[in-house]
Amino acid sequence: MPVFSGSELTCLRGDRLVFTGLEFRIAPGGALVLLGPNGSGKSSLLRVMAGLLKPLRGTLGWDGVSVADDPDGHRARVQYVGHLDAVKPVLTAAENLAFWAALAGAADPAANARAALDRLGVPHIAGVPGRYLSAGQKRRLNLARLLAAPATLWLLDEPTVALDRAAIALFEGLIAEHRAEGGMVVLSTHTDIATPGGEELHLDDFTPYADDEAGGEGEFQEEGAAR
Amino acid sequence: MSRFLRLVARDLRLALRQGSDATIAVMFFVLCVVLFPFGVGPEPNILARIAAGVIWVAALLASLLSLERLFQTDYEDGSLELLSLSSLPLEAAVLAKTLAHWLVTGVPLIVAAPLLAVLLNMDAQGFGVLVLTLTLGTPILSLIGSIGAALTLGARRGGVLLSLLILPLYIPVLIFGAGAIDAAINSLTPRPHLLLLAGILAAALPLAPWAGAAALRQAVE
Repeated sequence: MPVFSGSELTCLRGDRLVFTGLEFRIAPGGALVLLGPNGSGKSSLLRVMAGLLKPLRGTLGWDGVSVADDPDGHRARVQYVGHLDAVKPVLTAAENLAFWAALAGAADPAANARAALDRLGVPHIAGVPGRYLSAGQKRRLNLARLLAAPATLWLLDEPTVALDRAAIALFEGLIAEHRAEGGMVVLSTHTDIATPGGEELHLDDFTPYADDEAGGEGEFQEEGAAR
Repeated sequence: MSRFLRLVARDLRLALRQGSDATIAVMFFVLCVVLFPFGVGPEPNILARIAAGVIWVAALLASLLSLERLFQTDYEDGSLELLSLSSLPLEAAVLAKTLAHWLVTGVPLIVAAPLLAVLLNMDAQGFGVLVLTLTLGTPILSLIGSIGAALTLGARRGGVLLSLLILPLYIPVLIFGAGAIDAAINSLTPRPHLLLLAGILAAALPLAPWAGAAALRQAVE
């Protein structure tokens, strides 16, 4: 059984230590919810997990094998949904989606795209160019990528921003289904997304204290002076 | 390979639907060359003498115009992150985007160049070599430009910085491109110039995507 884990992870952004000594472990069917105040490193951790960002120290492992030794294999099993929607304004929703499905190696990307849009409850936007989509529709289109280009590990950075309640409920169902099939989900959120049996990871537990206090006070004073 | 072609097809489709990049490059090219007779006077001998150099300099500048946007839109809308996470190697993605850029902006220049050569009273002996040098040279311009476009990603006033970085690197291409045409017009063999151009292309083809991909990895971090 593959296990995705990280040990002793340390992340540096600019000259600020974001988190240090971070450990996590996800088994098949598991979910990890990243919690913490703004700037505690939720997005950074997701980018580290995706391989977009190299950790300063520490290792990520998949089934005991270091991810750094097998970056191509890791990319193939990860699907990352970030803050940006990656929707091209002049391509239709279906074309946008079909491109990512094809890039992930889908046999019939157009059919995958249609099916994924159906599942997300927005089949009617298939022929609509990206520039006419609302923020919520773009988000649904971006989440449809998870279905159109299937991967084992979903890394979701605040996936429910701009979604209405019905869509959030639908999305919770998709996560449950993905986990039932043995997939893994890591997500950061400020709203409540129901992930029964999911573990929580509080990122402020791994924030280095001394640095944070000094940096925090400095920032506060600067803000006060600016006002 | 099919993923590579998918990316090329997507970029071509984006370029055709937006429509501006291709026409702007070729219009700029034509206007730039047309300005010279007004500046240096309509003396046919002078124009014929400078034709090769003028056309090549105008082609350099025209290919610079849209380079800034080569990775910019993908960077801003998050597509670049997803591209670097896809199973297509980032080097291949850079090559695919460069190829699409060349098809959209380089090929129209090659088509327009003989017409401009007529306008500048260039010796008919040089026409074939002109097209040949541009066919070898414009891919080099796109390839070298892709390194600059990747390096200046996210920089303020990236376009100006890009020109300053890239134009000096274009000098060898300009020398051998214009030199080959001059040689052909003066009944000498353009072969050494063309071989050197082909050599630069052969070197740039693997090296530029490699350097571009390294710069993009820095940019998405």
